Order: sequence, then C-alpha cells, then structure tokens
Amino acid sequence: MTNTIADIKNPILSIRDLSVAYDKNYAVKNVTLDIKKHAVTAIMGPSGCGKSTMLRALNRMHELYENITTEGQVLLNDVNIFDMPAIKLRRQMGMVFQRPNPFPTMSIYDNVIAGYNLNGIRVKKSQKDEIVERSLQDVALWGEVKDSLLKKGSFLSGGQQQRLCIARALAFNPEVILLDEPTSALDPVATAKIEDLLVKLKENYTIVMVTHNMGQAARISDYSLFLYMGELVEYGKTKNMFTNPKDPRTEQYLTGKFG
Amino acid sequence: MESINTFLDQDHSARRILKDKLVLAGIIALSLVTISPIILIISKLVVKGYRQISLDFLIKNTPDSYEAITAVANGEIIPGGIANGIVGTLLMVSVASALAIPIGVLTGIYLYENQGKFMANLTRSVSDILQGVPSIVLGLISYLWIVKHVTMGYSALAGSVSMSIMMLPMIVRSTEETLKMIPQTLKEAALALGVPYHKVLLRVMIPTGFSGLLTGILLGISRILGETAPLLLTALGSSIINLDMTKPTSAIPLLIWEFYNDPNMIDLIWSSSLLLMTMILILNIVSKQIIANRR
Ligand SMILES: Nc1ncnc2c1ncn2[C@@H]1O[C@H](COP(=O)(O)OP(=O)(O)O)[C@@H](O)[C@H]1O
Ligand SMILES: [Mg+2]
Repeated sequence: MTNTIADIKNPILSIRDLSVAYDKNYAVKNVTLDIKKHAVTAIMGPSGCGKSTMLRALNRMHELYENITTEGQVLLNDVNIFDMPAIKLRRQMGMVFQRPNPFPTMSIYDNVIAGYNLNGIRVKKSQKDEIVERSLQDVALWGEVKDSLLKKGSFLSGGQQQRLCIARALAFNPEVILLDEPTSALDPVATAKIEDLLVKLKENYTIVMVTHNMGQAARISDYSLFLYMGELVEYGKTKNMFTNPKDPRTEQYLTGKFG
Repeated sequence: MESINTFLDQDHSARRILKDKLVLAGIIALSLVTISPIILIISKLVVKGYRQISLDFLIKNTPDSYEAITAVANGEIIPGGIANGIVGTLLMVSVASALAIPIGVLTGIYLYENQGKFMANLTRSVSDILQGVPSIVLGLISYLWIVKHVTMGYSALAGSVSMSIMMLPMIVRSTEETLKMIPQTLKEAALALGVPYHKVLLRVMIPTGFSGLLTGILLGISRILGETAPLLLTALGSSIINLDMTKPTSAIPLLIWEFYNDPNMIDLIWSSSLLLMTMILILNIVSKQIIANRR
C-alpha cells in the first residue's frame, strides 16, 4: 500500500476508509487518500472497478438508494461531509454526469441558475444575470449562446450541453467539482474543449474526475489514482504514476493489459 | 437449362408481385372495415343533427314535450337546446377532475417512488381492477355513498364522484408510466444541486413529464364525458341549468337517453350526440397532438 496521505499539504478533501456496498457487495473498499486543492485529480481503472461509486459517495448521491451503504469518513476542509446537511454539501461540491443532462423544460438561462431557482434562493435579477454570464464565461459558452439564452438547453450540441451542465454546477461557486467521465459521450473536438476548460478551471476550483481514458488523465490531471476491484491500488502525481508505476497492476493497466 | 431457370424466376417474381398486391388489398380492405364505423357514425350524426345546431341549441334549456309535439306537428325545428346538459356535463367533469387529478397524480408518484414494494404493488393492482369495474357499478357505489348519505338525494356531487372514480386509474397509470420514462440522471442532476427531494419531484419531474400527465388526464376526461349509466343512478337529470352540487343535474349523455325515450324529441338525439362526439374528438386530437409534440 502506498502512502496516500503524507505528500499532500492542506488537502481540501481527506477520504478515510471509505467503503460503499450495493446490497452488502462492496464496490469500494477502504479507500483512504487526500485530494489537493486547486488541482485536477483523475480516478482511473477498468470498467466496473468502482470509479463512479467512489465519486458519487463524495456528494452523498448514494443516500437516494436504500440498498446502498456508505462507511468511513470524508472531510471537506476538515468537516465530515456526513455530518453536514446534504444540501450544504452539494452546493460546495458540484457534480457533472457522464451524459449531458440539462433540464429539458428549462431555457439555457434557467438551466444555469437552476440551483438557485429550484432551491428557492432569492437573488436579484441583476445578480442572476451576472451569475449566468460569469458561469457561461467560465465554460467558454457565453459567446456561443448569449443571444439565445431563452432557448431550451436541449437544442444545443452534446458538447455545448455538457459545458452548460458544468456551468450549472459552477453557478453556486462550489469548491469542488466532481465529473464522471464527462467526455465519454462527446466527439474529439468537444472533448478537447472540455479538457482545456478543466485545466483553466483548476485555478479556482478543485476538480475530481473519473476517466477511463488514460490519455485524458495524462493530459490534464495533476494527481491520479488507480482503482482496481474497489481497492485503491496506487495514488500519486500523474507524471510519476505514468512514468514509474509502483504496483504491477497499475503497470498492466497503463500498458493496456486490461480494461 | 438456363432458359428454364429464368422462366421459373420470372414465374416466381410474377407470383410474388401478385401475392404482394393481394396482401396490400387485404390490408386496405381491413382498414376500411376498421374505420368505416366511425365514418358512418359521424356522417349520420352530421346529416341528421346539423339542422338542430344553432346558438339556441347551445344556450337554451331542453323544451318540454308539449313544445316538441307542436313543433313536430307543424314540421318545424324543435325549439330550445341542451344548455342544461352542457353546463351539467362541464360542472360534473370539472369537479370530477378536481377530485381525481390530485389524488391520481399523488398516487402515481407514490407508485413510482415505491417500485417493487408490497403496498405499492397492491395499490397498483387495485387501481387496475378499478379500471375494469363496469361504470354502472361505480354509479351504484356513488349512489350508496353520496346519494344515500351525503347529499340525501340525487346530486351533481354523486355524479362527479362516480366519474372521478372512473378517471382515477387512468391518471394513476399515466402518472407512474410518465415518471418512469424520465431518465434517472435528470433527477440526480437536480439533487446534485442540493435541491430537496420534494422540490425535485414538483419542479423537475412533473414539469418534464407534464405532457404525459396531461395526455392521461385528457383521455380520462374524454372517457367520462360520454358516460351515462352511472349518471342515471347519481345525477338523475334536470330540465333547467343547475349549479348546486347537492341538487340533481343534467348532462349531455343523460339528455340523449331522455330524448331517446320521448318519441317527439328524437331529432335532438342526433344533434346532442354530434356535440358530444365533437367534444370527445377534440380532446382526443389534442392529446394525440401533445404526444406527437413530445417526440
Ligand atoms: N446501482 C447498482 N446496484 C448494484 N450494483 C451496482 C450498482 N451500480 C454499480 N454497481 C456495481 O458496482 C461495481 C462498481 O460500479 P461502478 O462504480 O459503476 O464502476 P465504474 O464507474 O468504475 O465503471 C460494479 O461491479 C457494478 O456492477
Ligand atoms: Mg462509471
């Protein structure tokens, strides 16, 4: 087991003995690691190894389903996320899903501001306008949609929809953004745009993303972790992991032996 | 050898073309058989009923037998209209919807939320059984509950209750099916924004599935619009416009039944049926349109 804690100072997230089970079948087992602030951390591993399960534990998405149990601790800025209201947590940790999922009944504008509207948070119109513009600027979508803000989000292309979904998550100014294979449903051009975007976003946000594309992890992540059958096999600086993997399973994965 | 082969091939293809043509002719013939009743009905209603249709028909109450006899004897058009029936139908359908829609939608949400649980399965089965209960039986139940114990007499309320029980299973079903068709990821997207669960349902799920819900409701309404049997046992009928829910009330199908029983009023059957058919057709077309737009 590699030391996953010591080499990161002032981590924004400290995951301790995190386990998640579907009906007593553990999909994530005793994962312990720290995540660096304002960096991109990639979760890698073969399909079915528990990447999504681990990511979804971080904003307590599993609580919706009765058959899922979560154990362990996750500290966000030293506060256990399981001790804070889910609503507060989810505002600090935005989430972006594999398939773009803008709200189909809402305009682009309303999609971006949905977090405020749906939660009944009252904000002045001028302030809303500002949030929408800033969030869309952040995802480099403002120029493309500023004249059609009142059109439905579902009219956009897949790549634009995914950027809209990222903007929706950014509108709350979260500290952490969780992304689950955000580009797997997109073409290479749209994928490249989102990758550029994530690199830019890490100046202000902490990014944790699942990817099963090793090239993507190598291109944009600062830290990588390799999960295998629910266990954390290796974790460290992406550069070190790709050039000098310590565990034979990591090496096998990176050289394409499985997954 | 080769020529025989070609000959055989031609023979085969000729037979195949003939077969195709026969099948096509069969399909057309059967389609005509299927749609001819509705065409025959509508044309009969239009031909026999159009003369009675006028503004008076929509805003005047039903004539009494004497007025009708006189008109028929003089070869004139029967005076008056069916305003009492139109108002009664609209009143009872509105109250029935006001009862059935909230209960049905909430039950549908409950079923959606509790897939596979015992109580939900039981509720779903009961609702399915309810859909198969003959409408006259529902009328009887409403008679026992409302006429006997609540309004102490025939009433619009009793009519509405029997209609709402009839609508309920359709709304329950369409609500559950509609919600099930909405991708789980949409729900999760809202929850990931920290939105409390009940707001996700009310402000994301319901609006997203709105057209599906509306379709179920419209089809439910178009089903109860023409129901007669339960109304005979509950609303009874009235020759004047009545807006009091505790009093007997007329309805278009009730009037058609009354006209049928009065030899002098026969002409009014056609025009009233024409109006009823038109209302039902419009509802059906609107709901089909909503379904089409959703795609
Ligand atoms: N809703 C679920 N119910 C039961 N088992 C699940 C569910 N979701 C995922 N699993 C199982 O948990 C394991 C990890 O799944 P997942 O986290 O989705 O993997 P990954 O994202 O790495 O492909 C898999 O074996 C999968 O079959
Ligand atoms: Mg996954």
